[in-house]
Amino acid sequence: MSEQVVDKRRRLFLTAAATAVTGVGAAYVAVPFLASMNPSDRAKAAGAPVEADIAKLEPGQLIRVEWRGKPVWVLKRSEETLAEIAEMTDKLRDPDSNESEQPESCRNIARSIKPEVFLAVGICTHLGCSPTYRPEVAPEDLGPDWKGGFFCPCHGSLFDLSGRVYSGVPAPLNLVVPPHEYLTDTRILIGSAGGQA
Amino acid sequence: MSSMLKNALGWMDDRFPLSKVWNEHLAEYYAPKNFNWMYYFGSLAMLVLVNQIITGIFLTINYKPDAKLAFDSVEYIMRDVEWGWLIRYMHSTGASAFFVVVYLHMFRGLVYGSFKKPRELVWTFGMIIYVALMAEAFMGYLLPWGQMSYWGAQVIVSLFGAIPYVGEDLALWLRGDYVISDATLNRFFAFHVIAIPLVLVILVFMHIVALHAVGSNNPEGIEIKKHKDDKGVPLDGIPFHPYYSVKDLVGVAVFLFIFALIIFYMPEMGGYFLEHANFVPADPLKTPEHIAPVWYFTPFYAVLRAVPDKFLGVVAMAGAIIVLFLLPWLDRGVNKSIRYRGPVFKAAIVAFCISFIGLGYFGMQPVTAVGTWFSRFFSLIYFAFFLLMPFYSNIGQDKYVPERVEEK
Repeated sequence: MSEQVVDKRRRLFLTAAATAVTGVGAAYVAVPFLASMNPSDRAKAAGAPVEADIAKLEPGQLIRVEWRGKPVWVLKRSEETLAEIAEMTDKLRDPDSNESEQPESCRNIARSIKPEVFLAVGICTHLGCSPTYRPEVAPEDLGPDWKGGFFCPCHGSLFDLSGRVYSGVPAPLNLVVPPHEYLTDTRILIGSAGGQA
Repeated sequence: MSSMLKNALGWMDDRFPLSKVWNEHLAEYYAPKNFNWMYYFGSLAMLVLVNQIITGIFLTINYKPDAKLAFDSVEYIMRDVEWGWLIRYMHSTGASAFFVVVYLHMFRGLVYGSFKKPRELVWTFGMIIYVALMAEAFMGYLLPWGQMSYWGAQVIVSLFGAIPYVGEDLALWLRGDYVISDATLNRFFAFHVIAIPLVLVILVFMHIVALHAVGSNNPEGIEIKKHKDDKGVPLDGIPFHPYYSVKDLVGVAVFLFIFALIIFYMPEMGGYFLEHANFVPADPLKTPEHIAPVWYFTPFYAVLRAVPDKFLGVVAMAGAIIVLFLLPWLDRGVNKSIRYRGPVFKAAIVAFCISFIGLGYFGMQPVTAVGTWFSRFFSLIYFAFFLLMPFYSNIGQDKYVPERVEEK
């Protein structure tokens, strides 16, 4: 007993090894807890496509349909509106929708399959508010240049009637156009594009 | 009888350091004798914390954290539960009162230099408490499941989505769903009632332990520990108990008077404590015409809105909070208290207060071009106050700071 000498290197090694093993163990145990906060299987399965009937939709009228808990707008546009949209280019950040999200079939200036019927997820690409539909021309609060579009009340982002974002506003991208297909001339299936959900 | 008590205390002290803790933190904790009214807010913050915990426990007895039931269960508490309205208003008014006293408490620290060496950690723990408190208030605001609850949460969780690469996945993970939903409500309830309150209580404990290790600052910014008597007691110190425990009771009385006035006569405070839009059940398809956070978040919200870029806006907003953490290392003034600081520093404090209140005001208003320009101007002052501090904080300070706290 009296001759006992402490081997500090061994002691340090044992301490470090025990700490490392405990750390790895703790990291493994953390995984199930962190993963339990991901969307559950039920939440993932709840994204079934929904149908919208546009038979009674008048030009200038907008209806809201709920898809995956989000508002989807269906808007019927007039010929004049479509003409104005084509002339908006210089005010917009991404006029050709190069960076924005839409199905290939909607990658045009009108951002739609049929030019007059426009669909978009009504969630601002800035911080997720739902913009308001402001079709009137040159209202007091939006200024004389306003040709109609969508205004986000939360942080003031502006979009034209194709859901394209103006430059100089907080939202970075155009509104998302959801995948959709025409079942008949007046019935649209939202969330499905040619058989794929 | 008294000897029996003494024996009982002795028995206790042999097994648990009751007298030691009592003495170290109350009866023999020597605080400077010159505290003024601005020193009420620390103890008031503790009082409000206790109020929030007690009323919170009783609210959970009747509240239902379920997207289908939450809104109605709050109305049920308000209408059908005996005294439910009182407990709920005590809790909702307490949330705003918490921020009132915490902002005043932080302002006190700012003007008297209570964050300066050796109290940097007292300030740091305090700042972590402040951030935890913001998280607590934000998650609590979702629970009534009104329109403002829903869209406020939508905006704040989306802030995380602005982080490059991982942002969208992080926001999804926080929500537990693709939009704010029942899953989000349920988890926010868990964080609001157990996780964050536990963290808050531990942080308050650390804040006080750190404070009592270095000793309290005072309006003169004099270190009272420099001059002690032969027993090691600071000459300018008085025991916290009974001197300040009794003094604080006066502050408590005044505070409770105002608190009760609000609870009974203006619990909504004209829409500032409980926003009007929140009396409408959450509707995921429609954002209210005008959404704004509760008043205590609006200065930071105005900074976010001032920047016309999603990612940079979030960076600026986070930066506005981060600079507060850095305060002890940005201020290079030798003197602590504003009473002995130079005119530049005094002017900077005034400019900072105006910009903070100005940001708070514009953060509540709907977006207008004028408001955005004012917000940008005030944001610049806000950041300049902190980032230029290393250069201006030492200009023109009073050479003479008294050694001792003088009787006036």
